[in-house]
Amino acid sequence: MSLLSNTTVLLGKELRTEFRSRELLTTTIVFVLIVIVLFSFNLNPTTEESRHFGPGLLWLAFLFAASLMLQPCFVREQNNDTLSSLRLSVSDPFAIFLSKLCANTLFLLLMELLLLPIFAVLYNVPLLGVFPQLILVLSLGSLGLSVTGTAVSAISAQARMRELLLPLLLLPLWIPLLLPGTEATAALLSEDPVLRWDWIAILLVFDIIFLTAVWLFGEYLLEE
Amino acid sequence: MTPAGARRIGLRLENIDKRYGGLYALRRVSLEIAPGECVALAGRNGSGKTTLLRIAAQLVRPSAGKLTFSPAQTEAAPATKNTGFVAHATMVYDELTAEENLLLFARLLEIPEPAQRVESLLRDVGLFERRDSLVRTFSRGMRQRVAIARALLHEPSVLLLDEPGTGLDPQGVRRLRDAGSTILMSLHGESEISALATRAIRLDAGAVVADTQSGGNLRSILTFADA
Repeated sequence: MSLLSNTTVLLGKELRTEFRSRELLTTTIVFVLIVIVLFSFNLNPTTEESRHFGPGLLWLAFLFAASLMLQPCFVREQNNDTLSSLRLSVSDPFAIFLSKLCANTLFLLLMELLLLPIFAVLYNVPLLGVFPQLILVLSLGSLGLSVTGTAVSAISAQARMRELLLPLLLLPLWIPLLLPGTEATAALLSEDPVLRWDWIAILLVFDIIFLTAVWLFGEYLLEE
Repeated sequence: MTPAGARRIGLRLENIDKRYGGLYALRRVSLEIAPGECVALAGRNGSGKTTLLRIAAQLVRPSAGKLTFSPAQTEAAPATKNTGFVAHATMVYDELTAEENLLLFARLLEIPEPAQRVESLLRDVGLFERRDSLVRTFSRGMRQRVAIARALLHEPSVLLLDEPGTGLDPQGVRRLRDAGSTILMSLHGESEISALATRAIRLDAGAVVADTQSGGNLRSILTFADA
């Protein structure tokens, strides 16, 4: 119960501070918007071309946006040593990690939801018919990005060259997520849309493996 | 909330070493601090005071040695939740108001009727009128007062103060000491706060070099009079 109540309180704090500063959401939304708009204007793709390279472009943009978003997640806690006061206050240190994970997943999903309609318009890809399935793929992908990203952010926050360390550690970790995510999205955007359960299963397995690892070792990630 | 005096906690540090790479921050430190003792830690910059306090708060794991609490802490009431820590950094969020900060920590500490406790503490530290202001708009002294209010929210059984400086009301510390809280504070020289100490320990290069319990004089330990 303590884990749940601590996580809820901390998630409230994460949402409050972000919606007050809008630091992470603004940065990532602007980044993805620039990528989507630039590629659209440069390539001026037909619907057929968009179906072909659109999913890859979309996932790459989300992936780099996620690395931008996750970088400050634990660094923020170091400015005033608030991580220490949290560790002294919670019953289960995993609550600190879990709240950040939930907040990051929510922010990523919000960013994706805001940008999907723009992608659909600029790339002439109809998304309405496959919207629920697309949300499933993006939710599993965003959860995977957040679990690994939050863990690596906790590790790199204590390092001197953290700005360099985070992408170095994260990008190879995200390859097993990028491939099924792109393939599942491509199958949904094709002329005969289909939900590929094999790719969904890989996304799900990735999420479960990293969630379990973080649950088992999360406490050590927060230590000085 | 259980009053602090009802759960008096002592600390025992046995042969504590703390190394950062090849550098020793603490070297074979052994101390026994009885429940209710008020101990002043003296020492020059870099002598290991902050490291010792962070190990006592269980924020840093020692490289060797053991930290125990008496009576032994149960998992249901971990020692960290009985500890109040005031450090150099404010340990509160600049983007939240004073009241939001204290309510956040009060809820995490599962304090009954958190709003009332927060209001009372804000009045105690003289920030009630500014409760709705963001902490980032506060002066250094005001931030320190929020930090102290946060550390005292749960009337901790163990209070650790790392050069508390401005904002700390000696009466508040005296109240906690009289209620039975164990206090360990690092200080620079004599002050109103140091007058509350019942024992003084001096650290030098990570080792205990003087202790009133071993016959040292409290005043000379605090003022480096014999250094």
